[in-house]
Amino acid sequence: MIKAQNLYKKFGSNLVLNDISATIKQGEVVSVIGPSGSGKSTFLRCLNLLEKPTSGTVLINETDLTAKGADIHKSRQQIGMVFQHFHLFPHLTVLENLTYAPIKVKGLKRAEANDKARLLLAKVGLSDKAAAYPSSLSGGQKQRVAIARALAMEPELLLFDEPTSALDPEMVKEVLDVMKDLAKSGMTMVVVTHEMGFAREVADRVIFLDHGTLVEEGSPAAFFASPKTERAREFLEKVL
Amino acid sequence: MNLDFSQLVPYIPFMLKGIWTTIQFVIVSIIVGSILGTVLALFKIGTVKPLRWFADAYTSIFRGTPLILQLMIIYYSVPQLTGYDINAFTSAVLAFGLNSSAYISEIIRAGIQAVDKGQMEAAQALGIPYRAMMKDIILPQALKNILPALMNEFITLTKESAIVSTIGYLDLMRRAQVVGSDLFRNFEPLLFVGFIYWCMVMVLTVIGRMIERRLKLSD
Repeated sequence: MIKAQNLYKKFGSNLVLNDISATIKQGEVVSVIGPSGSGKSTFLRCLNLLEKPTSGTVLINETDLTAKGADIHKSRQQIGMVFQHFHLFPHLTVLENLTYAPIKVKGLKRAEANDKARLLLAKVGLSDKAAAYPSSLSGGQKQRVAIARALAMEPELLLFDEPTSALDPEMVKEVLDVMKDLAKSGMTMVVVTHEMGFAREVADRVIFLDHGTLVEEGSPAAFFASPKTERAREFLEKVL
Repeated sequence: MNLDFSQLVPYIPFMLKGIWTTIQFVIVSIIVGSILGTVLALFKIGTVKPLRWFADAYTSIFRGTPLILQLMIIYYSVPQLTGYDINAFTSAVLAFGLNSSAYISEIIRAGIQAVDKGQMEAAQALGIPYRAMMKDIILPQALKNILPALMNEFITLTKESAIVSTIGYLDLMRRAQVVGSDLFRNFEPLLFVGFIYWCMVMVLTVIGRMIERRLKLSD
């Protein structure tokens, strides 16, 4: 379970997050949506402290990540992250991308890490790419490898930062399919996305941000059918 | 022009020995410079302010004064100030190592900063500690980008090594001068070692290209 309490984030004098609190329960899939510049990505990045909140706390399983002296490396191992631009390690093969952190950080034996990585590659449908370098993969394949890399650390929670925004349209589906499978398998996920279809179909809950404030949240069925706030209504009219 | 290389023949073994003396201290200097340069580069991009100041001050001093002057100061002042009778080799390695580390640190710093910021974020998100991230993720990528600049620095160092002849270290250049004054003919020995310097630089260039090609495998 991850819990954000009263998060504020300022970049200079610019208030990007304005008092955001949210709780994501075990096994829940939450979609964070909103217009660009609304602070969705910043909110997500605050959850694993890639962005340090100006104030407020982030708790994962009752451990306070924002506390002084918190072992942030340890906590981040429980929080996987998938980026818009993949950020695979270009000088490592696909398999090495998956095994590096488990071996280095978790102390897994190489053979064991390799076996796990191969299982994960099979899961995302890329068994034949184990020895390839990221530069030889398509965008959709890269993102699936990135998901597998995050899963290799066996996180309790996965954060997705616009995972399909950098993809060619015909590759969006293969990535979304992997994410749907993950959601079904009970993975806890927070997904910042512009894919309203995904939010509607897969998410258990939708969080709508605008200008750094949490404007509205609720079940996708209720949110998409009849948003309670004017701002959400306006936004949905533009994107749907 | 009345160049006569035949007179050089008896001196050739003597001059060729200079190749090893030169290579010896160039290699040690490159190692010292690279290690120190990497450390300084990490200081420069780090968050510890005193270390950053130190690295900047260090670079400004060693880049801001002539190499030959640094060499002289080390060679002549160390015995006077400390009583330790520093030999020519140690002085040469110190001067060249310290000097090139200033340049190398700038090259590496630029290389690290040119690596996509997302790489660091991805590593952090996986919980990889700073040291391992730098060693296994960031520096290998930086190295690939800066290899040409780094080779350039090593080539410069190889050629500039001739400066150590001024403190009597028997490198290639010094040997050419010794032979020249023995023969009363300077051009031939100078041209001879000039050719050897060129060969050494060519070898470095080829090695550089080979490494570059290897690193390009992942493209």
